[in-house]
Amino acid sequence: MNASADLAAAGEHVMNGAYGPVKRKEDARFIRGKGYFVDDIALPGMLHGAILRSPLAHARIVSVDATAAEAHPRVEAVITGETLAALKLAWMPTMSQDVQSVLATDKVRFQGQEVAFVVAQDRYSARDALELIIVEYEPLPVVIDAKRALDPGAPVIRDDLDGKWDNHIFDWEAGDEAATDAIFAAADVVVTQDMLYPRSHPAPLETCGTVADMDPVSGKLTVWSTTQAPHAHRTLYALVAGLPEHKIRIISPDVGGGFGNKVPIYPGYICAVVGSMLTGRPVKWVEDRSENLMSTSFARDYHMHGEIAATSDGRILALRARVLADHGAFNATAQPTKFPAGFFHIFTGSYDLQAAHCQVTAVYTNKAPGGVAYACSFRITEAVYLVERMVELLARELEADPAELRMKNLLRPEQFPYTGPTGWEYDSGDYPRALRLALDMAGYDDLRTEQAEKLARGEYMGIGLSFFTEGVGAGPRASMDILGLGMADGADLRVHPTGKATLGISVQTQGQGHETTFAQIVAEELGLSPDDVEVVHGDTDRTPFGLGTYGSRSTPVSGAAAAVVARKVRERARIVASAMLEVAPDDLEWTGRKFQVRGDPDQARGIAEIAMAAHSALELPDGVEGHLDASAVYNPPNLTYPFGAYICVVDVDPGTGEVKMRRFIAVDDCGVQINPMIVEGQVHGGLADGVGMALMQVIAYDENGNCLGGSFMDYLLPTSVECPSWELGTTVTPSPHHPIGAKGVGESATVGSPPAVVNAVMDALRPLGVRHADMPLTPANVWSAIQGRPQRTDLAIS
Amino acid sequence: MQVPAYVEYEKATSVEHALGLLARFGPEARILAGGHSLIPMMKLRLAQPETLIDINGLGELCYIRVTGGELRIGTLTRHAQLLDSAAAGRHFAILHDAERVIADPIVRSWGTVGGSLCQADPSEDLSATFAALKATMLIQGPGGSRTVPAREFHTGPYETVVAPGELLTEIRIAIRPGGGSAYAKVGRRVGDWPVGAAGAAIWLAGDTIADAGIGLTAVGAQHFAAAEAEEFLRGGPATEASFARAGEIAAEHCQPSSDQRGPADYKRHLARELTTRALRSAVRRARGTGT
Amino acid sequence: MQVTVHVNGVTHTREVEPRLLLIHFLRDDLRLTGSHWGCDTSNCGACVVWLDETPVKSCTVLAAMADGHRVLTVEGLERGGVLDPIQRGFAECHGLQCGFCTPGMMLTGRWLLDHDPDPSPATIREALSGQICRCTGYENIVRSVRWAAEHPA
Repeated sequence: MNASADLAAAGEHVMNGAYGPVKRKEDARFIRGKGYFVDDIALPGMLHGAILRSPLAHARIVSVDATAAEAHPRVEAVITGETLAALKLAWMPTMSQDVQSVLATDKVRFQGQEVAFVVAQDRYSARDALELIIVEYEPLPVVIDAKRALDPGAPVIRDDLDGKWDNHIFDWEAGDEAATDAIFAAADVVVTQDMLYPRSHPAPLETCGTVADMDPVSGKLTVWSTTQAPHAHRTLYALVAGLPEHKIRIISPDVGGGFGNKVPIYPGYICAVVGSMLTGRPVKWVEDRSENLMSTSFARDYHMHGEIAATSDGRILALRARVLADHGAFNATAQPTKFPAGFFHIFTGSYDLQAAHCQVTAVYTNKAPGGVAYACSFRITEAVYLVERMVELLARELEADPAELRMKNLLRPEQFPYTGPTGWEYDSGDYPRALRLALDMAGYDDLRTEQAEKLARGEYMGIGLSFFTEGVGAGPRASMDILGLGMADGADLRVHPTGKATLGISVQTQGQGHETTFAQIVAEELGLSPDDVEVVHGDTDRTPFGLGTYGSRSTPVSGAAAAVVARKVRERARIVASAMLEVAPDDLEWTGRKFQVRGDPDQARGIAEIAMAAHSALELPDGVEGHLDASAVYNPPNLTYPFGAYICVVDVDPGTGEVKMRRFIAVDDCGVQINPMIVEGQVHGGLADGVGMALMQVIAYDENGNCLGGSFMDYLLPTSVECPSWELGTTVTPSPHHPIGAKGVGESATVGSPPAVVNAVMDALRPLGVRHADMPLTPANVWSAIQGRPQRTDLAIS
Repeated sequence: MQVPAYVEYEKATSVEHALGLLARFGPEARILAGGHSLIPMMKLRLAQPETLIDINGLGELCYIRVTGGELRIGTLTRHAQLLDSAAAGRHFAILHDAERVIADPIVRSWGTVGGSLCQADPSEDLSATFAALKATMLIQGPGGSRTVPAREFHTGPYETVVAPGELLTEIRIAIRPGGGSAYAKVGRRVGDWPVGAAGAAIWLAGDTIADAGIGLTAVGAQHFAAAEAEEFLRGGPATEASFARAGEIAAEHCQPSSDQRGPADYKRHLARELTTRALRSAVRRARGTGT
Repeated sequence: MQVTVHVNGVTHTREVEPRLLLIHFLRDDLRLTGSHWGCDTSNCGACVVWLDETPVKSCTVLAAMADGHRVLTVEGLERGGVLDPIQRGFAECHGLQCGFCTPGMMLTGRWLLDHDPDPSPATIREALSGQICRCTGYENIVRSVRWAAEHPA
């Protein structure tokens, strides 16, 4: 018997009742305003940092004069690129085998790039001192349009890299090009479309920040940080700064939303650490909103060309995609190393295809770095948008109903586990059932009738569908790593003498409710109440190593580790119980709450009693140590594949181009649900992203490289008024390989909703002759599309 | 979050005291009312006054009353109060239409009518609203008070006729029989500045338009008004055809510029479309046949 | 200059610069860190507190403007160890995830219920339209306010 395989075995387990809509433990502090976020931290002697940023998108730095700033009575230090260069910290590695400037030395390469760091006694003085730093720039021509980045003679942005004479980063492809091309050549119907997934930004409500405290006596560096991956940060600080890793402690306190924005190490963090080292005092740096929007990890910016091949009676045969990926000035995308375009090649979607091929070319531009962020599940947002728009356009070409066309082509339950044309092994799914449920909930046929009636009166309503398959829970050691670090995550469990437990996990929460859901996992496995289990997370001194929270991986990986470690404890408890009851371990059965002698309910022991016994002087058999502790590291055998069927209903005013959201129906399947209340909340939040990205969000640039989305006045986020009352449905198709049959869900709605909204608007505009228009579908963009002039949304209107 | 540069501060206790402080501290002093136009500019350091004169204590400037055949609004009236005022809404529905779409409920609770008008943003909804209503501004200074028609109040983007030592204290709108008014705005999202907006006020004599006021904002209309379109409507019938034609004329005479909110041709289209819609709604209200 | 502000029933007098924003006065000077900030342009509403009886965006108000006035922050909702119904509503209905927008949402919700004890979901959405949440998609926030309306103190 392979113990770990057995412990990780999925499927049947006695439902103990710990799964369910348990109210959240973390709420107690937040509803009282007693959360502990980075900007809440005030340490004795703490100083405040502020960053001077480049106003230009591309320029040589001629000189940096900090004398006046240093003379400011409340300034303690000014750090420049030169300061950092002497410490070999002016550049840092990115997660994509590139390097990124911490403070610029030779050139600035995007508007908002970090140039100097002031450390002052208070935040107002730090801000004042920025104006006293004189920087002389020599402007250079800019590269803003990704489509022009590879033009011969285009300005070279990364002349810091040896032998770099262009703005090309990489080419990547997946699938069988020859087989795909052959199918396209012979197909009855081929539909093609260019589409942009515009540059967007996760914009968590709390901006990024850090308090760095280098203790000059002990040499211990403590960094409180808005980080989604504290252990990875610790290891990176050790590698980059040469600090001994056991003397670095990263603490992620309460975090006000992450959404991928808080995965990378940002220059501000490093400057705060250096500031603390130089001054011997704690240094706090928290960015303002414009800094967040202009310089931290953006999302998307994929210029995509999609092609779909089908038979004339609507069987989808193959998909082709060519992508131009705008990565900004540094390649700092965060995804497993072997997948520079993330998981984009899951663009084959939820359909039974014969072949597919995709090709991605990535380029540098004079914009902020990033790209993989904002609940994208490593580019699955882009992939699903592409396939769901192509399916919609195919339906239009065939004059087929989009729901029927999907139903005809969805993978069937008997095809699972399913290996797709680009290598993905989908674990489980019943797609037709989810689509049927969504259609029923929507009253789809009635909606189509209503649509026709309204059109006869000159009113335009649209119905848009989206069916998506996600791949989350990165990932197996064999195929996935980030900077060489494997993506296994761990859990430590200690059951105390009185039967309460402490679970240390390697992921941490930015609102997903881990303190509650992970307690539920352990409670379910050990027959405890979730109130009996304390979840510790976010502190590298107190938790096992892991790669952090993003890509909806917490439940698939760390949740699995929690279940496995609880089962290890339970097996240890079996042996202790057998000693207590003086029977053989195999004579005991687990009832869900107790170990009981088979057929003799009076001879039973629960975990609390067993814990006390394990800490007592009870004679224990060979092979089991005292106490009731265990640790586990979970190497997932595969990703998990949640899926969903979404239907969006909109009303469009062609006189103004305004789009009003009327209804949104979302059926999600994330396998076994630990806490349906929390799952629902995750879906609600992601659906709002669909409204935002489809209708109003974009980080655009003008031809000089000025960022036009640098505040919430122009980077518009959906409010309670734009969002309808979400209508949710659920199906449950357990993951066959996950210890509790669960799949991730945090990003599903963000992945699935934008195409549903866009499809709905395009459906409404179809009688007006509009075929496609890019997000965001602002009133101006909708109206322009109706006039036959769909706008390019990533560049400023000139 | 960004923070303002250093500034001095004085608290005014009366209008007279405020005028005295303005005189004393000169042109680098700024009036601080709700602060929801000024403080954001100070945080971004686009405005760096030397002295702030806080007039929030001037309750005498916070009123909405009907006097002498006019609706008179004190300039310290908060947007939320104007939205909440039954008197204002009864006489000029456009005031409620516009306030409902200005900023958001929390900003409206503190921002003032006077503050918004004096900020004089080219996309300010109230500028178009008072232009449509052909309102009159009352400005007080060291030499006494003077009135200025709303259509002569603005001299350019962010510039008004209020001189450094003066204070805008009241807005007056004549109440005339047969009136109806409405406002129509398109924004990218709730709370956004308008991409384009139109306000219409008409006064009917039977089925004839005795007088019309059309205000436009965010589309480069001179003095926030569509004077040519008004001229066309005056004395003519209140019909769909005239609303449509008025819309066309209004669009012809404005000068929108392309920006992130939309291209110029779209804004010009909005000038036409929203003028027509606002007129239609204003006439329905004047007739009492709907909104 | 000196300001005296009555916050959650407690009077505080401090020496401040005129330019000090009310949100910073509350968070940094008075260490009431329950109110948050999230933007530079008065859009996000994470900073909403009550100034006398009115919800305001405290990032757009100077501490000087609050001199002599009352302020209510999230820390003042719980009285004598008893949670306000609005707080209980948010906990009952999963109206918060990361908790960052929550204080502002609750304070506006509380103000709304004081003026309209039985608001419709549309009214609630309108009242909250000046405040951003990135986590919840607003549905459960609306349900939380409805719960508080149905379970008054």
